Amino acid sequence: MAGPNSFYGPLDPAPDAGYVDAPPRMGFFTDTSVCIGCKACEVACKEWNLVPDDGFNLLGTSYDNTGGLTANSWRHVAFIEQPAAGSGHGTDTPGAFAGMPTGPSASAHTAVVAAGTSQDTGTDPGVPAAPDALAAAATITAPGTQFLGMPGADLPGRTMDAPRSDFRWLMMSNVCKHCTHAGCLDVCPTGALFRTEFGTVVVQEDICNGCGYCIPACPYGVIDQRKDDGRAWKCTLCYDRIGDGLTPACAKACPTESIQYGELDELRSRAAHRLEKLHEQGVAEARLYGHDPNDGVGGDGAFFLLLDEPEVYGLPPDPVVTTRDLPDMWKRAGVAALAMAATIVVSFAGRRR
Amino acid sequence: MAEAHPVGFQYVVEAKNRGAKVIHIDPRFTRTSALAHSYVPVRAGADIAFLGGVINYILGNEKDFREYVLSYTNASMLVNEDFKDTEELDGLFSGYDPELNTYDQSSWQYLGQQDEGQEEGEAHADRETASGLEQESHGPPVPADVPRDPTLQDPRCVYQVLKRHYARYTPEVVERVCGVPQDKFLEVCEAWTANSGRERTTALVYSVGWTQHSVGVQYIRAGAIIQLLLGNMGRPGGGVMALRGHASIQGSTDIPTLFNLLPGYLPMPHHSQHETYRQWIDAIRHPEQQGFWANAESYAVNLLKAYYGENATKDNDFGYGWLPRLTGDHGTYQQVLDMIDGKIKGYFLLGQNPAVGSAHGRAQRLGMANLDWLVVRDLFMIESATFWKDGPEVATGEIVPEECKTEVFFLPAASHAEKEGTFTQTQRMLQWREKAVEPPGDCRSELWFFYHLGRIMRERRAGSIDKRDQGLLNLAWDYPLHGERGDEPSAEAVLKEINGYEIATGRPLSAFTEMKPDGSTAGGCWIYTGVYKDGVNQAARRKPRTEQDWVAREWGWAWPADRRTLYNRASADPEGRPWSERKKYVWWDEDAGEWTGYDVPDFEKTKPPSYRPPEGATGVEAISGDDPFIMQGDGKGWLYAPSGLIDGPMPTHYEPAESMIRNPLYGQQANPTRKVYERSDNLTNPSPPERHSEVYPYVFSTSRLTEHHTAGGMSRQLAYLSELQPEMFVEVSPELAAERGLEHLGWAHIVTARAAIEARVLVTDRLTPLRIEDRTVHQIWMPYHWGGEGLVTGDSANDLIGITLDPNVLIQESKVGTCDIRPGRRPTGPELLAYVQGYRDRAGLTPGHRTPILTTEVDEPEDS
Amino acid sequence: MGVRTWLDHWPVYRQLTGTDPLGRGEAAKSERSRSLTARTETADSMARSVCPYCAVGCGQRIFVKDGKVVQIEGDPDSPISKGRLCPKGSASKSLVTSDRRQQKVLYRRPYGTRWEELDLDTAMSMIADRVLAARDETWEDADEDGRPLNRTLGISSLGGATLDNEENYLIKKLFTAVGAIQIENQARI
Repeated sequence: MAGPNSFYGPLDPAPDAGYVDAPPRMGFFTDTSVCIGCKACEVACKEWNLVPDDGFNLLGTSYDNTGGLTANSWRHVAFIEQPAAGSGHGTDTPGAFAGMPTGPSASAHTAVVAAGTSQDTGTDPGVPAAPDALAAAATITAPGTQFLGMPGADLPGRTMDAPRSDFRWLMMSNVCKHCTHAGCLDVCPTGALFRTEFGTVVVQEDICNGCGYCIPACPYGVIDQRKDDGRAWKCTLCYDRIGDGLTPACAKACPTESIQYGELDELRSRAAHRLEKLHEQGVAEARLYGHDPNDGVGGDGAFFLLLDEPEVYGLPPDPVVTTRDLPDMWKRAGVAALAMAATIVVSFAGRRR
Repeated sequence: MAEAHPVGFQYVVEAKNRGAKVIHIDPRFTRTSALAHSYVPVRAGADIAFLGGVINYILGNEKDFREYVLSYTNASMLVNEDFKDTEELDGLFSGYDPELNTYDQSSWQYLGQQDEGQEEGEAHADRETASGLEQESHGPPVPADVPRDPTLQDPRCVYQVLKRHYARYTPEVVERVCGVPQDKFLEVCEAWTANSGRERTTALVYSVGWTQHSVGVQYIRAGAIIQLLLGNMGRPGGGVMALRGHASIQGSTDIPTLFNLLPGYLPMPHHSQHETYRQWIDAIRHPEQQGFWANAESYAVNLLKAYYGENATKDNDFGYGWLPRLTGDHGTYQQVLDMIDGKIKGYFLLGQNPAVGSAHGRAQRLGMANLDWLVVRDLFMIESATFWKDGPEVATGEIVPEECKTEVFFLPAASHAEKEGTFTQTQRMLQWREKAVEPPGDCRSELWFFYHLGRIMRERRAGSIDKRDQGLLNLAWDYPLHGERGDEPSAEAVLKEINGYEIATGRPLSAFTEMKPDGSTAGGCWIYTGVYKDGVNQAARRKPRTEQDWVAREWGWAWPADRRTLYNRASADPEGRPWSERKKYVWWDEDAGEWTGYDVPDFEKTKPPSYRPPEGATGVEAISGDDPFIMQGDGKGWLYAPSGLIDGPMPTHYEPAESMIRNPLYGQQANPTRKVYERSDNLTNPSPPERHSEVYPYVFSTSRLTEHHTAGGMSRQLAYLSELQPEMFVEVSPELAAERGLEHLGWAHIVTARAAIEARVLVTDRLTPLRIEDRTVHQIWMPYHWGGEGLVTGDSANDLIGITLDPNVLIQESKVGTCDIRPGRRPTGPELLAYVQGYRDRAGLTPGHRTPILTTEVDEPEDS
Repeated sequence: MGVRTWLDHWPVYRQLTGTDPLGRGEAAKSERSRSLTARTETADSMARSVCPYCAVGCGQRIFVKDGKVVQIEGDPDSPISKGRLCPKGSASKSLVTSDRRQQKVLYRRPYGTRWEELDLDTAMSMIADRVLAARDETWEDADEDGRPLNRTLGISSLGGATLDNEENYLIKKLFTAVGAIQIENQARI
């Protein structure tokens, strides 16, 4: 039976999932400080994995017309237009619009308008409109941070009434986090979701029956179902490619190496080094997200370097695996389940014979 | 750059990570600005004021790289005493003829060379035939021996002339004209100069929107002057780099599908200037001139031998008599207007979609609707093939399908994966593509189409003794066929012909210096000679980058002679030593007695730095050992262009053809030599000193999105790209949105004298108003990718743009114009025409209206 | 499939007998997952190509299986692109394999209101006839001073910047031979 660590805390997930002599855990490090928002990752992913388009809708969320990670978009580039305080990017140069005859920022307003735009992606839950965009509008001038589940509503730095003098345009390619403790996997009743030998989390399209249990289990809101076939789909970290020693399609295409693929341990040290360098260059706002094995999901297989608080990018500030308390529950349910399974084995075996 | 050339931008990111400072100057904050250290907003169309300010900063503070400037540029040469500058003539140079709107250039010449300059009639003919473009690799004529003042003190020397010309382009003026705060402007000047010199170089990278201005060539000239003053040309990490936008647009200029050029920048013959073979040859080689153009006869004879094979002989001037002749402007815009006027019968469109991609979409479509026949070859159905069916003019009733006579053939094309051949990319590099699969169905390559079209026409006219058929019948048109169907011409055989070969043996030539003027060799494009050296397809070389040095000379092949950096002799000092260890690239090896380095030296390999030409030498012999600019008539980089440019020897700030600002620097408002087509179907919005510029009160610019490609034929048809940018939109600042009542994600329409189009509104902080003189100027921006065909459709931004051209190269001003923007959708049907007409009426664009070209002596009207 | 093999592949059996008692890893791996391999590895051939969009010149590798393009991705050997591609370059497979691509010759007769299909050879023949006729109708032998012109202004062409050098070479060569000079491409635009 699994130890207490299996559902919470630091862990090397592949050996824990029964792989003897597992290869090193593989993952993504997405460095948003060099992302140019080109969306090559979105396209390369779709071309390789034959993912359907997610509809042709202008969302008004800056240059983001994908809206979020769905069953039909396994990479998603978020764009955040941000009239920032300070001069940005760690230089002593004047702000982008210093000296211009500017008025107050429009970003907060446009974000609220955009939040009222849904994206019909052909998936469920897909990218719904913000439940109450008007309520979001009411929060524009309120100080502080409130997570609305998507980029572009009430965000830090968007409360400026004064003429804007500086500006940042943040971009981030989001993806499934391939959590150390993956709620989606732990709740999957069919074994469709499984842990690979590389420590990644993959939905098996030949097993998934579309029960949808995984969807509320994801603390990041990543996993999603296609309406036409009912099955759940998400990033596989190109399981077919990495098994052959190839780089996942998105990381291979990425023009600026914003998306880096490799052994997670190596990526973590690379990220720490990059963070240090950015801090040296005066980019004090740079921070890592999802890199810490002691966080609520035991660290992510896909982690990020961000230039602002996670909420700004539509990321939950403190995700916790939804199955943290599962072992206790399993202790009660497990015996019955195993007994039932054994019965099924016997009956199947008998019939074949 | 991040927007339109993301993969090229990786090197900017890499440089930034290594400590380089990245500055982005752009009318709007783009994905490039997002990664830059510093973003500088600027008014569209004011670039020369900005760059002129940088030149003034360099000269005023003596920040030039003096040793480089003295040795490698024409700074010390003396200019004719008769020359008068724009500073004296209110925006005109000496020699302006208001009748022809062009210059008599004699007074621009170097001292003692007054008679060498072009007559105004000649300049007029040169504008008509876009002769400036010939000089892409082809120095215009100047003699080698010019009086000089190496102290740079003589008031007539180029250095002092330049200094006076730009003296008024101060930081205050830059602020007033461009809207750039002085501290930001100085930040650019300081960064640029501090990063140039012996130890450091700065690269100037522009995208070819720079060419799409009525003073486009002079924009680039201004950049080149700065790079020469700072010693950044011919050196690693320096240069002026054009980021071009189509896979082989460089190739289609080198081996041109352009009216005024033959392969290798040889001019198409002009009926009066080049009546005879000898006139044509001498016009290219300029007998007294130094440099490699002196061998032009070899290049020309080899082309004619490649064209006409054994039928080209010394006795018939190698078939020169069969070549068709130019009489004037035969450019694409002249053609379109001629189509409207019913002068053109048939039109081929080869992977090009002018109904969306060319300026003045309505003129393009009305022109196509007035042809006898049209052949469209493309991968997907494009707007230029369906204008008769559901184009915008069908909606307004201007084109009625049942009354439109144009016969249309749509022939599906082979994709890049379905044929083999070379592209020449933006860095002059040829790369060979292997064929992956056969094209499906009726899809065919252009190679197939043109080979068989030629074959059929030659069969039709076989035996004809008609004079007009002799060029066709004498053509060398015998290419080996292969492929699954056995009817695909061999691209490799064509490449071998382009490279050139010895006729007797068939041996491919190794270098253009092997070309003979006696007809014993043939080669279709002299600057490409060497691409098939030793019978090996050099463009197909693909030695992995990890197995070679950073110059990567064993990947593909770059013209000329596989040189990766042009004029790289300038990477060494006059004595042939690297300027610095850090920036060493090509240098003279005294022991070996030859030039060596990381690249192929762009110089005669064994000519020592100490070489001085003997008295009276011409051609290659006349190139001194310290003249790096070997294609120029004087071996120097030109800070001042005594000839070759139609609109002046030095870049000067003119307002765009459409502007709401009176030129703050001169009485002359816009380029006085710009090419205009004054017609009722090509109206220009009024600009000061004309009245009514307030009818179109905003500046607009257009460009590309990362997610789409030009006219959309290769992107709006693909779901994975269409979903990323699904709809035509217009970007406005919050200030303009408030002024005009525009709502985020609502509709707006944009109006010019040509058209009104609609778009969804993106209100964004990325755009800012500017303060120009004492007024606030709003700029709006649109992508130009949309049209009526494809998965995502919308109005086309190019419909807004009229036809006004740069005089040197006949490229349209499409990166800046004036417009109005209003909330809501545009009217539809005939009401749309009435709506646009209402604007014209208010703007005074009544019948008989003519836009004034010369404005130095115009009475300024009161504000209306 | 023997019983033992069948049992070995049955997840619950593997879960109960293997190292993955919770059935979240090895034991849950399906037959499909077990046999997954990258289709670039099983391709019949790979052509080394160049991206057809902008002028940067990124290297592409085109993988072909059973005569069909199954993947186009960056060529890591290229010193220009180092294996990377932008969104357009990354969409090259769609560009080549799209079912929206026209594969038939279409013809719109004068005053027609719809497309008709046309045989390729017929189309070629018709086009050749039209070029020769347009040329004959508009031919100019000489200017008013008797200097040679040898040309037609009745024919125009636009395009070439997305085509190969070899193609542009033949286009210019043929049009020059028939006296058509109004040949232009995107470089003028």
